[in-house]
Amino acid sequence: MSFLSYLITGISLGSIYAIIALGYTMVYGIAKMLNFAHGDVIMVGAYVCFFAMAGLSGQMEAGSLAAAVVPQVAGVLLAMVVCTILGVVIEGLAYKPLRQAPSLAVLITAIGVSWFLQNAAQLLWGAAPKNFTSIVSGAVSLADGTLNISYVTMLTVVTCLVIMVGLTTFIGKGKMGKAMRACSEDKAAAQLMGINVNATISVTFAIGSALAAVAGVLMCSAYPTLMPTTGALPGIKAFTAAVFGGIGSIPGAFLGGLLLGIIETFTKAYISTDLSDAIVFLVLIVVLLVKPSGLLGRFVPEKV
Amino acid sequence: MSGKTKTLRVRKTTVNALINYAMVIVVFAATQILIGQGAISNTIQSMLVPVCCYVVMAVSLNLTVGILGELSLGHAGFMSLGAFSGIIAATLLQDAVPAAPLRLAIAMVVGGVFGGVGGVIIGLPVLRLRGDYLAIVTLAFGEIIKNVIQVLYIGLDENGLHFATKEANLALSETGKAILKGPMGATGVAKLASFTAGFLLILITLFVVQNLVDSRAGRAILSLRDNRIAAESVGISVTKYKLMAFVISAVLAGAAGALYGLNYSSTVASKFDFNTSILVLVYVVLGGLGSIRGSIIAAAVLTLLPELLRNGAINDYRMLIYAIILILVMLVTNNPTLRGGVDMAVKRIRGIGKKEQTEGGAQ
Amino acid sequence: MSKQYPKPKLVPVPSTNIIPERDIDKSPILECRHLGIDFGGLTAVSDFNMAIGRTEIAGLIGPNGAGKTTDFNLLPKVYQPPRGTIMLDGRDTHSMTTAQVSRAGIARTFQNIRLFSRLSVEDNVKIGLHNQAAYPMWSGIFRLPSYWKKERMAHNLALELLSIFDMQDLADHQAGSLPYGAQRRLEIVRALATGPSLLLLDEPAAGMNPSETAELMDNIVKIRDTFQIAIMLIEHDMNLVMGICEGICVLNFGKIIAKGTAEEIQANPAVIEAYLGKKEG
Repeated sequence: MSFLSYLITGISLGSIYAIIALGYTMVYGIAKMLNFAHGDVIMVGAYVCFFAMAGLSGQMEAGSLAAAVVPQVAGVLLAMVVCTILGVVIEGLAYKPLRQAPSLAVLITAIGVSWFLQNAAQLLWGAAPKNFTSIVSGAVSLADGTLNISYVTMLTVVTCLVIMVGLTTFIGKGKMGKAMRACSEDKAAAQLMGINVNATISVTFAIGSALAAVAGVLMCSAYPTLMPTTGALPGIKAFTAAVFGGIGSIPGAFLGGLLLGIIETFTKAYISTDLSDAIVFLVLIVVLLVKPSGLLGRFVPEKV
Repeated sequence: MSGKTKTLRVRKTTVNALINYAMVIVVFAATQILIGQGAISNTIQSMLVPVCCYVVMAVSLNLTVGILGELSLGHAGFMSLGAFSGIIAATLLQDAVPAAPLRLAIAMVVGGVFGGVGGVIIGLPVLRLRGDYLAIVTLAFGEIIKNVIQVLYIGLDENGLHFATKEANLALSETGKAILKGPMGATGVAKLASFTAGFLLILITLFVVQNLVDSRAGRAILSLRDNRIAAESVGISVTKYKLMAFVISAVLAGAAGALYGLNYSSTVASKFDFNTSILVLVYVVLGGLGSIRGSIIAAAVLTLLPELLRNGAINDYRMLIYAIILILVMLVTNNPTLRGGVDMAVKRIRGIGKKEQTEGGAQ
Repeated sequence: MSKQYPKPKLVPVPSTNIIPERDIDKSPILECRHLGIDFGGLTAVSDFNMAIGRTEIAGLIGPNGAGKTTDFNLLPKVYQPPRGTIMLDGRDTHSMTTAQVSRAGIARTFQNIRLFSRLSVEDNVKIGLHNQAAYPMWSGIFRLPSYWKKERMAHNLALELLSIFDMQDLADHQAGSLPYGAQRRLEIVRALATGPSLLLLDEPAAGMNPSETAELMDNIVKIRDTFQIAIMLIEHDMNLVMGICEGICVLNFGKIIAKGTAEEIQANPAVIEAYLGKKEG
């Protein structure tokens, strides 16, 4: 039964990676930039939710139905709103002026934004870790108690699936989705066709950042330590997941995230806890060597 | 034409290289004089070796990023290999080589060799990847090195070196000593590093990188950056020259790592993580891609800057200010409008009222 | 455009092509047999057979999308040809990389100029001389005697090659800052620097005015005469093609529809149809 429980933990962790990776991959697909600050938006989302929940549950009548639902729902929504605004503001102030700049300049700026968010969080909320209260508690016990699945795990997997289906529909159908695909193919041509490229990129950042907020809340519900650097490592891992699946590809980010979560969990369980990061990154290298554009990525040959 | 070639031409690249050597020598001499007069605080003095290490790191990373044109996010991995192999070499030679400077030199060579081997191992398979994919693999490589060293235990006794993944498994004799203790890192290291050694390492780095760039191999590396397809069309082997740049860069980072590791009594693997790689990359980009002088200055100034900001009211905000400055510099240098505005402001301040140069005669 | 270039008599070579009479005793420098490649179901080039004499100036013409540039990418192995063989100086290039083919003797220019634009003009040519003035990396770092010797040689050769187009005074300029025509000429110099036996020029006269084109024609002939090499060019400027090309090959839809001298090509009905369309009625 332990195999199954590891698998479920892996899928749950993978779902979190997948949600973060979706944000990475969308931004990469459309703005062609590695947004290294994405991981820190997750952290901001988690903090906003944490403080909203703490503030609201104090106002509620203890034990009432409202006290069990309202702070959590409000916390998540507020986190999404704040992160969406944050994402759009970051894009507008830091990345938009660099649309024509070399990609390395944009990368370094994103690193600057990442440091800014981490240090601002430390000044605002302190360096000491906060203990995040899970947005849903409890677990179902199956197979005579040998297999426990927490509600957070279920919620994470379901949320990830919903987001995946929603995003695919949004991008595959509808005017905005079409504009996004056009921008990712050729920004100049899209502009000539009357697509507002800047607005499209802003929307992409908004969606990616809202997803980051969701990922932050879900992640801290499962792994409750919250501090200013909380988003950094999951950010790198999710970036890895996005590349693993083929950066720019939405199903790729989903697949990459899930596989990464499962590989990491199984490595910890069966090989070595200490070496799990090394093995995850080794798998990434091997995959890229065999398939240089990632699992589901497209290989675009250079034109001569 | 024969008359033209017989006259000794002092080329711009040669002049630039000489200026860089002179700059490093003058700063070193001035610092030594100031130390002699007691004008430099202990905090800053303790920063001198790290500053030298980061200068070498930045110049060597510039070879990969600025001159070869490939993004590497795992440069600290080579530093890490160099640091720990250097520490082990220095400990091994404790009795065999009594002279500390010679032991340091050997340790730095060993560090360079290990960095270089790492460069070959990672470079051979991955250099065929392009752009962001190469970046992510170097990032992954850096994290793997960090992770592996974090679980490695190495001890030394009269039977030689012992390797294990748990301290209990080291099986050292009574006189044995654990050099590397997993997550605790290397402890009880004899501090061999000196500012002079760092200065010499910078000079060697400059010698290697500057002479390389201004030679046939260096031009081949530059040609890959400017236009890979054209470079291949004139018979330049892409793999050979990419690997050459990558490995030389890794060797220098390894040597810098050895110097760094031997500057402290204890060093942990997590010191050489993704953030360190990024920090060095920031030095390279702020100093100017491909500009050796820029890398030296940026690395030296930016390593010292957070320390200089450490006093008074700004202490809490120093990293925040650092981040804001980084973003602003990137925006100003890369956005045409902002750059134009700044240029104009600079012109006004200088009071250059000259008439705009009239364009003409361009044929 | 009234200038007359000496035209040699052409002799047919069995099965593949026509080459100038003076080259007939020697084996052709390049021989392609049944060369073909597809891109995603579209046949870009098929059954391409051609031979080029040792000192021939050959032309490859055809309407847009006929497969001319694809051919130029197959010869130096930018694309590995899935069908057919390329024999360069009697050697099969099948297992060679682009860099190896270059060392074996094919040099080229690009339709969309590909210079090392941030480097100086002289460095561009010196990079072309990479395998001509070779010395090991160590020699460069430690400034051993071979460095000084080969660098001096490269410098002199570079200036000499630049002087073909009277560009030696531009040696210290940044390549990317040169005017368009000079950039095209620099590409030719860089290609020549590799010491080729076959030079491929992809639309060398594109963007040039008539007087520049006339000068280019002189220079192409001069390069052939000086270096005694074969030159194959793709060009839309028919004055240039008909003026200097000895053997002309016409491509349409990836297939060769005609081969011959300028006069033969101009009179060929299939060529006229490919360029102007079928006569109505």
